[in-house]
Amino acid sequence: MSRYTAITDADRAAMLAAIGVGSAQELFDSQIPEQVRLRRPLDLPAGLGEQEVYEHLRSLAQRNVSCEDQLSFLGGGFYDHYVPAIVDMLCERSEFLTPYTPYQPEVSQGGLQVMFEYQTAISELTALPVSNASVYEGPSAAASAAYMARIHNRREKIVVSAGLHPHTLQSIRTYAHGFGSEVVEVPLCGEGLTGADGGPPPGAGVTDIEAWAQAIDGRTSAAIFAQPNFYGAVEDAQALAEVAHERGQGAVVVCQADPVTLGILKPPGECGVDVAVGEGQPFGGRLDYGGPSFGFFAATEALMRKMPGRIAGETVDADGRRGFVLTLQTREQHIRREKATSNICTAQALNALAGMVHLAWLGRRGIVELGELLLARADYARRRLCEIEGVSPMHTQPVVRELAVRIDADLDEVRSRCIAGGDPAGVNPGIDIERLTGRESDRGGLLVAITERRSRADIDRLAEVLAEAIAECRAVVA
Amino acid sequence: MSGDARGGGEGASSRGSGPARGGGEGASSRGSGPARGGAEGASSRGSGPAPAAEGVARRLAQPPLQREEVKTIFEKGAPGRRAFVCPEIDVPAPPDGLELLPARLRRSEPPRLPEVSEPEIVRHYVRTSKRNFDLDSGFYPLGSCTMKHNPRLHERLAALPGNARLHPLQEPELSQGALRLMWGLQGALAEISGLPHVSLQPSAGSHGDLAGVLLSKAYHEDRGERRLKVLTPDTAHGTNPATVTMAGMEVVKLATDGQGGIDIADLEAKADEQVACLMLTNPNTLGIFDPNITRIAEIVHGVGGILYYDGANLNAIMGYSRPGDMGFDIVHFNLHKSFTQPHGGGGPGSGPIAVSERIEPYLPVPVVVRVDGEGEGRRTGRGPRGGEDGREGAATPEGGDGARFELAHERPKSIGRLRGFQGNYGTFVRAYAYICSLGAEGLKDVSEAAVLNANYLLARLRQLGVAEHLPLAYGRLCMHEFVLSGAPMRRDLQIRTLDLAKRLLDHGFHPPTVYFPLLVEEALMVEPTETETRQTLDEFAVAVAAILSEAAEDPEIATNAPYPPPVRRLDEAAAAKRPVIRQPL
Ligand SMILES: Cc1ncc(COP(=O)(O)O)c(C=O)c1O
Repeated sequence: MSRYTAITDADRAAMLAAIGVGSAQELFDSQIPEQVRLRRPLDLPAGLGEQEVYEHLRSLAQRNVSCEDQLSFLGGGFYDHYVPAIVDMLCERSEFLTPYTPYQPEVSQGGLQVMFEYQTAISELTALPVSNASVYEGPSAAASAAYMARIHNRREKIVVSAGLHPHTLQSIRTYAHGFGSEVVEVPLCGEGLTGADGGPPPGAGVTDIEAWAQAIDGRTSAAIFAQPNFYGAVEDAQALAEVAHERGQGAVVVCQADPVTLGILKPPGECGVDVAVGEGQPFGGRLDYGGPSFGFFAATEALMRKMPGRIAGETVDADGRRGFVLTLQTREQHIRREKATSNICTAQALNALAGMVHLAWLGRRGIVELGELLLARADYARRRLCEIEGVSPMHTQPVVRELAVRIDADLDEVRSRCIAGGDPAGVNPGIDIERLTGRESDRGGLLVAITERRSRADIDRLAEVLAEAIAECRAVVA
Repeated sequence: MSGDARGGGEGASSRGSGPARGGGEGASSRGSGPARGGAEGASSRGSGPAPAAEGVARRLAQPPLQREEVKTIFEKGAPGRRAFVCPEIDVPAPPDGLELLPARLRRSEPPRLPEVSEPEIVRHYVRTSKRNFDLDSGFYPLGSCTMKHNPRLHERLAALPGNARLHPLQEPELSQGALRLMWGLQGALAEISGLPHVSLQPSAGSHGDLAGVLLSKAYHEDRGERRLKVLTPDTAHGTNPATVTMAGMEVVKLATDGQGGIDIADLEAKADEQVACLMLTNPNTLGIFDPNITRIAEIVHGVGGILYYDGANLNAIMGYSRPGDMGFDIVHFNLHKSFTQPHGGGGPGSGPIAVSERIEPYLPVPVVVRVDGEGEGRRTGRGPRGGEDGREGAATPEGGDGARFELAHERPKSIGRLRGFQGNYGTFVRAYAYICSLGAEGLKDVSEAAVLNANYLLARLRQLGVAEHLPLAYGRLCMHEFVLSGAPMRRDLQIRTLDLAKRLLDHGFHPPTVYFPLLVEEALMVEPTETETRQTLDEFAVAVAAILSEAAEDPEIATNAPYPPPVRRLDEAAAAKRPVIRQPL
């Protein structure tokens, strides 16, 4: 059994003598009322040595088919990017890995400076002046933005685009049910319709701006959309923000952005958006079966004192030397309690560090080059896949890193044939969109994610495997 | 005898790699400024509190590690410098020569990210890291935070490609290892808490709070009742009341009685049919196990309310007592406290919840379910001791080899999702490895050692006369942590708890939690955890005593502390008044 305690028999005797009790049991018996004591051992197996635990958990990990084992085009919020080795090395350092939240700034200058740098990077990416030091992850970040809007303008209606990630929509609904706001969903253009050529109608795939305008009014607290949206389509963020401000006088406009696209897409701040949130996993994050990652949260100056989460600020010490502290703390739960702007306490500092290191590694040019690479490959992938008999685009909007196609065959069957039970010869072609959104109009929709790790050869391989699977499925049906 | 002067031993060596390292830097870069006088002053004032001050001065004399000005990564590098080499664009351009992205959707100027080389990045962040105090380098008795050792085995396991590169939307058939691990963890948490159904989804303690409050709201709504009051004792952590507001409910404060528990008369007066739930930490933030817990549960249940257990202090009672047996319906766990997830300087964390039968229908989606016939309909599984079927089942809590798992999304009464995907799986790997390592007995040993260490440290402080200035706020013994009041110290020695905390930094210790809980004047909240040695506790006690005797001679030594860290006291008021929260570029 691995143990991390250090009390020897001699220690115990000396400690009990100092305390003045006869046994450790007495410490518990004298404090825990008899009725609520557990009078049996916990019903758990005996402990194991380090090596045995390693072997056992390794055997569990081996039952998973990861991106290490099989070519995969899964995305939908979490992506298999290449994370530079320096991220692992720096995040494993005790000085970053093991401290608590920096409550004593004099001995936490390292962590505080990283937060300050991270805030700068997020502020640059989003083109918004104020960033916090991280929130949990993407979908709950959007829900927190909805809550911030609620306490900012005290209105009770949240307008959301159907182009938001389904997990984001669901998280917003969960939070909103709590704080008592209504959620109104605005559909995408051309949902469930087909154009003259049997493909998507022109303009399909992005938020229906007329419906958006109609849904937003003077009662609207927040208007929230995704960029690119869940279907990979690049939205006209500027138009959405303009309309939302015009119609919603005082409504908070929130954009959930894929940060990897921000090297090339017009950033939220330049589009007139008030709050940019999103999933930070593409920067420095592992897939980790869904977490931990970090959520980013940036806003205009006007919203600074309503923001959730920690914020690091620059100051000076008693000798006038530059230093950093947690600041604007009168927003926070430990000071304001029930009047706080959020309940968040522990956030995602280590993941934010990973993100900052990855961003520094990419650098000012790299972030643009990476965006251009993904843009070229995503477009190529869409063209290549749509050459296949039985594959058509779900929309023809620009795509940067993820694209949606419709498969004219039983998608379940097609996907399982591609995946081939996890055989390394198989390919995971991407996400069954309907399974996530629950929308009938998404039947047959496949969401394919591209990262810098998916080369042209990989995309060609996907096309082959997919073509074969579709042909087989159609043959079976015929 | 001062712990510092003694020099040798574990505490001293761990201090060596702690803030003292940064200390050199700070001391040197302050140059001839007044700060150096602080340290020198301390030693030259020598006569009274000599040993402690000498120790500090000696460490200050260590050679400086670095002398440069503090610069952010944005102030380093040069235009055109880079680390990343982008893969070539390997795909043909669109045949029709179309623009892939119209200009109006494009960014006009690249974001001003740093332009730095890889060695520059490494050096920058390694040096930056050294300006942190960390648990691996020294004692970190931060109350309510359970700063226990973080086994490195867990990092190795979390990094295995089968975990680290597993996509959250991978087919369940191809993630059976992950689902099995989650099932095993759910079962173990259910057993530890005495509540049968578990959701691993919440991202941290306060997210668990939110889940809990929303669950109790959903429970009442389903019964056609609108209840909005949430009872929270005045000892509660700030996340509790903040959560209540976020959930659209109303905080009703409960007073604390003379023993440090909930004031029963106040509870009786405030418990009515509008109460949705009571949020309680037990042992509470005073380190006191509420002696009236059964009565409290009766009163709240009597008016139809739910009991929510804030599990931040679970480290005190594992294997000794279970929230479910105390009458709680919902509990959150902090995997980053009791179950060793490293705190990372402010996260990631994880805040799974366990609930009773009546709360189960409302759990967030998705939930892990077992689908091979055995244990179907349960949310958690756990082989009876000795295993269910086969060797593997015998050795670990997750059931036999034949078990199959799925993620269930269709749950009509669920409160919904609180976030994306399944939760912070990486933290589940670490927590599960920990539970497998310790087993039933080991977990109980953890709580025993945590309580023993806390009481021993309290006793040592008393032996050294500290209680005269820093008495225990409530009670005589404690559970895994204790809260002292610095009010007499402030009055008699003219130093505040904050000064004591800052002076502890000079001794190489991270200070305890200060000024919390709020109802204790000048509070100092100490949680040593089970992984510290007796020697370390002794050294800490000696340091506290030394600071008090030093203050009796010259309180300014403490009020000007700290001396060795990279910076001295920081002007927080100025930071908040005119916030500079990003690098101007
Ligand atoms: C008693 C108590 N409750 C709740 C929390 C909040 O937990 P977290 O920081 O994980 O959100 C904490 C930790 O800071 C705590 O000590």
